[in-house]
Amino acid sequence: MLKTLFAWFDERLGLTTIYHTVLDRKIPPVNWWFTLGSASLFLFTMQAATGILLTVYYVPSPDRAYDSIQYIMTGVQFGWLIRGIHHWGASLMVLVVFIHMLRTFFFGAYKFPRELTWLTGVVLLLATLGMGFTGYLLPWNQRAYWATTVGTSIAGTVPVIGPWINQVLRGGTDLSAVTLARFFSVHIWWLPVVIGGMIGIHLYMVIRLGISAIPGKDD
Amino acid sequence: MPDSHEVSRRDFATVVMAFVGALIGALVGLPAIGYLLSPALKVQKSEARVALGLLDSYPEGVPTLFSFTRTKINGWEKTVNSYGVFVLRKGNDVKVLSNICTHLSCRVSWQEAQQRYHCPCHDATYDINGGIIKGPQPRPMDEYPATVEDGSIFVTFTGG
Repeated sequence: MLKTLFAWFDERLGLTTIYHTVLDRKIPPVNWWFTLGSASLFLFTMQAATGILLTVYYVPSPDRAYDSIQYIMTGVQFGWLIRGIHHWGASLMVLVVFIHMLRTFFFGAYKFPRELTWLTGVVLLLATLGMGFTGYLLPWNQRAYWATTVGTSIAGTVPVIGPWINQVLRGGTDLSAVTLARFFSVHIWWLPVVIGGMIGIHLYMVIRLGISAIPGKDD
Repeated sequence: MPDSHEVSRRDFATVVMAFVGALIGALVGLPAIGYLLSPALKVQKSEARVALGLLDSYPEGVPTLFSFTRTKINGWEKTVNSYGVFVLRKGNDVKVLSNICTHLSCRVSWQEAQQRYHCPCHDATYDINGGIIKGPQPRPMDEYPATVEDGSIFVTFTGG
């Protein structure tokens, strides 16, 4: 019964072909350093799942943001767990994505024909850092407020257009409700869409081109 | 390979992956159910013991209004509601009536001259014990069970 059902879908969707193309790829002898891309993808999935759950109770408004997080931590069953995973997963994701970049660099895996994989990877790394930067403000506590004040001020030190960048980031001259709202918007919509799209291209390139071998002495 | 007793590397990896995947899925998925449902299914206790002060501070035989506030917490939001009750003292006995008209929840006031409670909205009137004199109200005024302990009055408040 189940087999017939699967065959019905397989015939129309080509599930077996997808499975073979995506998972049964031929790969050169590799080591544990080659798992960092999958680890990054896994962490992104976790961040997306826990992040969606957090929006159920979080309110991006200066008079409610802190209280709503207190509520998540103390008033909601397993709220501490969901937020804890999102909090620690964020740090871990920056770390893993960064080491993934180092591995690609030192193994020379960015070279022809994988330049585009590398370039989308650059966007992914920057977007991940952007997620960290925007997410840091959302708890709206003292640390979040001043970290963002400092962070946006650093952006303001860019020659000539610095003050303009600073104001665009903050949505005004000072950190305010507008800052919180736009950081929230960027955190849950803009950057996730960018990351999702880039992951799509990144993975397509990996599947299409295969992965590079560990470089030998002569390479 | 069902015929062979040896587990192939590929089958082993598949089983481990499936197991770890299910474990992680359950670790996040099951708490997520509680996370989504627990606040929705929480029933707030509305019953409370409210202290109305010393018995001796109330005049004999004259309904006296006592106002207090109750705080309701919904998630991260706090709402403070005001309530009023009429305290009628008869010796060491007290009768505590809600000042909410049973018709459409307007607030009634005590009219000493006519010895009656009067609701300004639709002219409902009650006697000193909360019984209906006349008007559109469906039932007498609501009474809260009151006790006197060590000279202080307490009521079991259920509204709000």
